Amino acid sequence: MTAAPNPPNPPIKALIAKPGLDGHDVGAKIICRALMDAGMEVIYTGLRCSPEEIAHIARDEDPQVIGLSVLSGAHLPLGAKVVEELHRRGVDDVLLMAGGNIPAEDHEAMREMGFKGVFPTGTPLDTIVDFIRKEVAR
Amino acid sequence: MSTADPGRVVWESGLEIKPVYGPEDLAESGGDTGIGVPGEYPFTRGIHPLMYRSRPFTMRQYSGFGTAAETHERFLFLIEQGNTGLNVAFDLPTQCGLDSDDPMAEGEIGRVGMAVDTLADMEEAFADIPLNEITVSLTINGAAVPIMAMYFAMARKRGYDLATLRGNAQNDILKEFVGRGTWIFPVEESIKLVGDTIEFCARNAPRYSPVSVCGYHIRESGATPVQEMAYGLAIARAYLERSLERGLDANKVARGLTFNFDLFGNMWEQVCKFRAGRRLWARILKERYGVTDPKAMQMRMIAGGGGGGLTIEQPENNIVRGAYYALASALSGTQTMALCSYDEAYTIPTEHAAKISLRTMQLLIHEVGLADTVDPLAGSYFIETMTNEMEQAMVEVMDRLDAEGGIVPAIAEGRIQAEVSLQAYERERQLESGEFKKVGVNIHREEEEERDVEMHPYREEEARAQQKRLAEVKASRDSEAVSRALAAVGEAARRGDNVMPAVIDAVEIYATVGEVCGALREVYGSYREPIRF
Repeated sequence: MTAAPNPPNPPIKALIAKPGLDGHDVGAKIICRALMDAGMEVIYTGLRCSPEEIAHIARDEDPQVIGLSVLSGAHLPLGAKVVEELHRRGVDDVLLMAGGNIPAEDHEAMREMGFKGVFPTGTPLDTIVDFIRKEVAR
Repeated sequence: MSTADPGRVVWESGLEIKPVYGPEDLAESGGDTGIGVPGEYPFTRGIHPLMYRSRPFTMRQYSGFGTAAETHERFLFLIEQGNTGLNVAFDLPTQCGLDSDDPMAEGEIGRVGMAVDTLADMEEAFADIPLNEITVSLTINGAAVPIMAMYFAMARKRGYDLATLRGNAQNDILKEFVGRGTWIFPVEESIKLVGDTIEFCARNAPRYSPVSVCGYHIRESGATPVQEMAYGLAIARAYLERSLERGLDANKVARGLTFNFDLFGNMWEQVCKFRAGRRLWARILKERYGVTDPKAMQMRMIAGGGGGGLTIEQPENNIVRGAYYALASALSGTQTMALCSYDEAYTIPTEHAAKISLRTMQLLIHEVGLADTVDPLAGSYFIETMTNEMEQAMVEVMDRLDAEGGIVPAIAEGRIQAEVSLQAYERERQLESGEFKKVGVNIHREEEEERDVEMHPYREEEARAQQKRLAEVKASRDSEAVSRALAAVGEAARRGDNVMPAVIDAVEIYATVGEVCGALREVYGSYREPIRF
């Protein structure tokens, strides 16, 4: 059950990042593949990226979407740090998403921070693909 | 969790299962000559003649969070509850070789385990715990050198002869590059450090196991059971070969290697995986490396219920899953059992959940009869046939790996990572399509159910207290002596010497985990992850 082919080009460009020290990358890599299968161009940072590095890559690569994957529980401080570094570099016109072990009670705080999509572990892959397509088309 | 193609039963590893097995199947798969006798080569039926009749499996729970003082309290509680071994969890900064005052540590101090900056933390956590009676398992990999050095320094200070210590460090860096991700140094240098710990233990702490080779995390990253065992054995071979190059005796090195495997999914496939893997390891050691000591050929393992099988949906079902995993683990002849707690899919285990896991393991021994007789499944046409077939499948994976240059370049180039992450993706798709069945997830699902994860709240004040403690230790130590000791660590690394003696000297006078790793990083550099899909 793969997602429908990507709408007309150019492909959506997404940056998937692992901020902080958390080494669980199974989910992040699954998301990368799901987005690639949906025809998107994906840049994956690999593990242990600092918020500064993520913002730096974002400025250089100019993605339409940035997705953070955090499973250690540090999504609030790390999310805030990434947003701050993006602003500092003037990367403002980008769709922010976060996924991983994010408890429901933190979803609102993440959204207020600017993470329009919050996808806790177990979210169907096509939900995320569809979300990106809809939001980027806006 | 077999693939549900109508009329066909196929295990995750790709082996097809017949409805009925008989003598002809066993004969065709290689016969019954590999079954043998418990406690004897090739150890298919277990490594001890009487297995659980003489001694039940060790029951061990992963524990340790926050500060050393809290971890210490938890240890005392677990020992009082009847645990005979302790599994120590460290926080991510410690695991990545960073001190609590490092900017990258911010937000992670004490979050997923105990924060250790200096020997002072270790001393507090293990105060009053008899190190020669309890087996202690240190879940540390990238930073294994300073943490093991601290453990030994502490034991020495308390008057223990290192030769009496039993326990192990996880210290399997190769699997960290595939899954789990707490690497620090480049691949070759990382293996060199593992070699240093093996050599140190072989010479000074022969009952302490310096490496626990983990198929576990490779499986959690998407490997099949056959790949889990084959890659695990290939990694064990890599450590063994590096140790032989140092002139160490294969018998001694092999005795120090233990294993840590995952257990979820089809129960029969898991049982056959362990029986086949145990036999294959003994054969490899004897035939390829000339190991002669039967004790050295024994695969000693920890095998317990893995997190990969648990679900956030209908979490009480995980108690039932855990019981089946424990059953399969006992039927597989494990030495140590650890079960993921039912709440582990969505939180750090509560004391209540951890106790249910412990009771699950205890009632297998006391009520269900798993200790009655050794290897009760032996001789079953089905089990023995599939044990043969699983072994054959593992050999094929290892042969292919050897033909492609071995496990080390396969990991350094990211080939294994790409392979297992693709499988994890495909499985996720099968889970979503319902092709791969999971109760409560894609069958018997309760739509109205609210799913949520719970994380321990981050305790800012504890993190600050840890930083303060670190500052105090730094202020009270002999900093000139520490600088000299750290310089000696760097020199040992530059010369290619075993760094363990220099690191023990350094941590003994309270050099930090971050300082030791920093000194090594200056010589070795840092790992750069190959991104490959």
